[in-house]
Amino acid sequence: MNERIKQLRDQSINAQPSLSIERAKLLTEYYQSGAADKVSIPVARAQAFKYILEHKKICINKGELIVGERGPEPTATPTYPEICTHSQQDFEILHSREKISFSVDEEVKNIQANTITPFWKGRSIRDKIFASVDSEWIESYNAGIFTEFMEQRAPGHTVGGIHLWTHGMHDFQKEIEESIQSIDFFNDPEALDKKEELKAMYITAEALIQFAGRYSEKALELAAAEVDPERKKELETIGKICKNVPANAPQTMWEALQHYWFIHLGVITELNTWDSYNPGRLDQNLYPLYKQDLAKGTQTEESARELLQSFWIKFNNQPAPPKVGVTAEESNTYTDFCLINIGGVKSDGSNAVNELSYVLLDVIEEMRLLQPSSMVQISRKSPDRFLKRALDIIKTGYGQPSVFNTDTIIQELTRQGKSIIDARSGGASGCVEAGVFGKEAYILTGYFNIPKVLEITLNNGIDPNTGNQLGLQTGNPIEFQSYIELFDAFTKQLNYFINIKIKGNNIIERLWAQILPTPFMSLLTKDCIKNGKDYNDGGARYNSSYIQGVGLGSITDSLAAIKYNIYENNHVTMVELLTALKDNFKDFNSLRERLLTKTPKYGNDDDYADNLMKDVFEIYWNAIDGRPNTKGGHHRVNLLPTTVHVYFGRMIGALPDGRLAKEPLSEGVSPVQGADIRGPTAVLKSVAKIDHERTGGTLLNQKFSPKFLDDEKSLQKVAHLVRSYFKMDGHHIQFNVVSVETLRDAQKHPEKYRNLIVRVAGYSDLFVNLGVELQNEIIHRTEHMSF
Amino acid sequence: MIPQSGMIFDIKRFAVHDGPGIRTTVFFKGCPLNCWWCHNPESQQLEPELILKPNSEVSEVVGREISLNELMEEVRRDIIFFDESGGGVTISGGEPLMQSEFLISILEECNKENIHTTLDTTGYSSLNIMRQILGKVNLHLYDLKFIDDEKHLEYTGVSNKLILENLKFLDSRKIPVIIRIPIIPGVTDSESNIKEISEFISASLNSIRNVNILPYNRLGEGKYPRLNRSYRFTHQLTTPSDKELNKIKNQLETYGLEVQVGG
Repeated sequence: MNERIKQLRDQSINAQPSLSIERAKLLTEYYQSGAADKVSIPVARAQAFKYILEHKKICINKGELIVGERGPEPTATPTYPEICTHSQQDFEILHSREKISFSVDEEVKNIQANTITPFWKGRSIRDKIFASVDSEWIESYNAGIFTEFMEQRAPGHTVGGIHLWTHGMHDFQKEIEESIQSIDFFNDPEALDKKEELKAMYITAEALIQFAGRYSEKALELAAAEVDPERKKELETIGKICKNVPANAPQTMWEALQHYWFIHLGVITELNTWDSYNPGRLDQNLYPLYKQDLAKGTQTEESARELLQSFWIKFNNQPAPPKVGVTAEESNTYTDFCLINIGGVKSDGSNAVNELSYVLLDVIEEMRLLQPSSMVQISRKSPDRFLKRALDIIKTGYGQPSVFNTDTIIQELTRQGKSIIDARSGGASGCVEAGVFGKEAYILTGYFNIPKVLEITLNNGIDPNTGNQLGLQTGNPIEFQSYIELFDAFTKQLNYFINIKIKGNNIIERLWAQILPTPFMSLLTKDCIKNGKDYNDGGARYNSSYIQGVGLGSITDSLAAIKYNIYENNHVTMVELLTALKDNFKDFNSLRERLLTKTPKYGNDDDYADNLMKDVFEIYWNAIDGRPNTKGGHHRVNLLPTTVHVYFGRMIGALPDGRLAKEPLSEGVSPVQGADIRGPTAVLKSVAKIDHERTGGTLLNQKFSPKFLDDEKSLQKVAHLVRSYFKMDGHHIQFNVVSVETLRDAQKHPEKYRNLIVRVAGYSDLFVNLGVELQNEIIHRTEHMSF
Repeated sequence: MIPQSGMIFDIKRFAVHDGPGIRTTVFFKGCPLNCWWCHNPESQQLEPELILKPNSEVSEVVGREISLNELMEEVRRDIIFFDESGGGVTISGGEPLMQSEFLISILEECNKENIHTTLDTTGYSSLNIMRQILGKVNLHLYDLKFIDDEKHLEYTGVSNKLILENLKFLDSRKIPVIIRIPIIPGVTDSESNIKEISEFISASLNSIRNVNILPYNRLGEGKYPRLNRSYRFTHQLTTPSDKELNKIKNQLETYGLEVQVGG
């Protein structure tokens, strides 16, 4: 990267995230002015959006080519008091916590205490949510049965479609006007609501154009004062670009990136949507203008790369909005999950990988930034060299890009009733969530702690953490005569808690639709304009609500432990097991040893355990899939954890699989940490027994040591692993190329790393099977290779 | 009656250095050789024996009888990976030819199911057995340590006569073979030994031209005390450096051989 990019990158990496009160202040000023009382709710939201963009600070960083910050400066992160009004204590925690902190200065604290909190307390949607759900919901939430995504952040997980790259705000305004014209006030009872919503969309389009106009003016002002003639010219170009986009469709690659960036800023300023927003299939969306500019000679591959690098840095300048409480537990990271998709197929089903796909991979490799996240979509038709190039980057060990199966994503989406053309234009966003880009609101509503339900079943409905009767009385497990009786009781409990969650979802969705419509996001998402309906109110072409299952490995191994040891082999009685769990295995070492090492485990291609996993998947899926949400769409399942498996684990005592109290659960669809001892092919076989095509995404982690991937041949074999997994309809796989720290930890806690493969010398082996000396030698070697 | 079971000590899936593609390697127990540097000393004795678990005081049994059905079931589990990668089954050991009848029954079953077979062998067996497996093995990984028979006897416990004869036999039948030379510092890595091997290949073999050189690794050393046996080398051997390996590679290449470091 050149000096300019290096400086901007350093600025981004070194900036200490801080809280900015700017947005909260402007928002509150608008609502206190009384203007909101005179108009409909959507129009008030649009006016507030406009007010913020009219008054917020304009920031053009030194040397940058793509301009625009959400806060007053890089990594200064706004709050959204209409969603979550932070207390003084929240601010203290955000400021001082060890991980994912945001510095909060005294002035910010004072404004919050004197202006923001007094106005928003009780008005925020968070307050309204907790006041509207019923007591069973609150108790289950507090017990760690599930989390709630919409209590601090807005519905998101959505991605920009290709139409954003070919339309300007004026085009959208025209569509809005046409839609207003076609409202049928004689027959449509929702006519007025539609008109207000469309008016609101129109205002937000105007607001974004004006916001860009302010950047244009600022750029020209800086240009006038600039002494360096080259920079002067750049600033003049930026001034011109910001006049043209996002008002009109972009005409060059530079304009396209700036155009999208204004849209991105609009979305994340309007609300703090989950997973920010996303340019989606960047190598597809940008390709025509990239080709055009190269052909015309207005860009070279090198200058195009520089523009993309500038674009990359803009994402890294916007940390995920501050999260507190359970939401911080479930997603404790600065990453805001903007996941750029590369590869896949075109809308006609043909291979979509192009020259720009490879350029983007180069950018990912060189930038090595936390944000944006990136992934490659691999279809049957993707060239092997594309997968190889991605693995080349993965092996350098920073976890990007992740690898997705386009063919399975398409199957998942079409199974849900989407057209195949729409499905092909989709991909994955956030962590692993499948969706149709630009046309779907696919909302993750919360994580669900499946193993906790077993704990409650084993206690006849009582949560042992509190002694409260949290679940149903499904019987004293000591009296169960068979595994089937136990599994029936577990199924009843699971259905009971899923019902509580879905009831809550149906309340919370309506609160968002009524209180916090999102007209800007709506105008971007098809068919909100056509339907005259908000994104939060079912305006999109497709509307899905997900409940993300967590702890698949832990629940499977726990059920296997019970079935195998109690009901089939009489190794232990239920009474003994329950006593041992209560005791956290303190006086039950040999029993724990049996549960850990002599019991079938998920992740070893062992049908005994894997069939139990499939049973769990069936009841989870049956409890959720196809049940209506309030937006004309349906509830769906996916299986991913972000960081919640640690929090969920903390809420559970010892489990029958030998896991100790409060230890993390298994993550994603991965086996329990260290339980898979038969190598990666066995893991992939086990995991492929999940019916991925009935989910909207699953997450699989695989660990390899950097040494293993350091030669061509091994890398090729990892490519074969990926292709084989995808042949079996696996949805996603990501690789941890492991660090020295991990290897050291593996020495201290070999039981947790029983599946770690390392390259020794011309061959590979399980790390824990090596003698200490050899382990040390490998650790030493890896250090030599680390950078 | 062909025996439907045999003695193995491990089955390893995702073996990536024992032939082409992703493979499942079956490790036979029992070996007529007794190489000083053997990194699988638990493979030498045909019968099951006790070995201490790594870094522990607890012992476990190494070696078990497995039926052809059970073995094939395990092998078939990774067929999807074999197909994708051009992999298959590798029979290693120990010396698989020691349980030749069981070996043949596995090979025949794999041939029937179109699963690629690789035999990792010392080549120490009767010519009659070599004839029996002829055409059933898709690729031989064939160890060659010394041409000098005295040294061979000293360091492996057996003469290399059969080994060289069998190799010539395979060569004459144009069977795919990769010769593997273990590079043991101070033992097999001398210029003269590499020269003798090169000359043997050039002069006595017509079709075989592929050679892998396998650098000594210290993996096996720790297993000897765990088996309550002593390691024959009294001094500490070091893993050959890339430079040393390249030198040997270059020397072999001057004879027109296709050489690769590692398997």
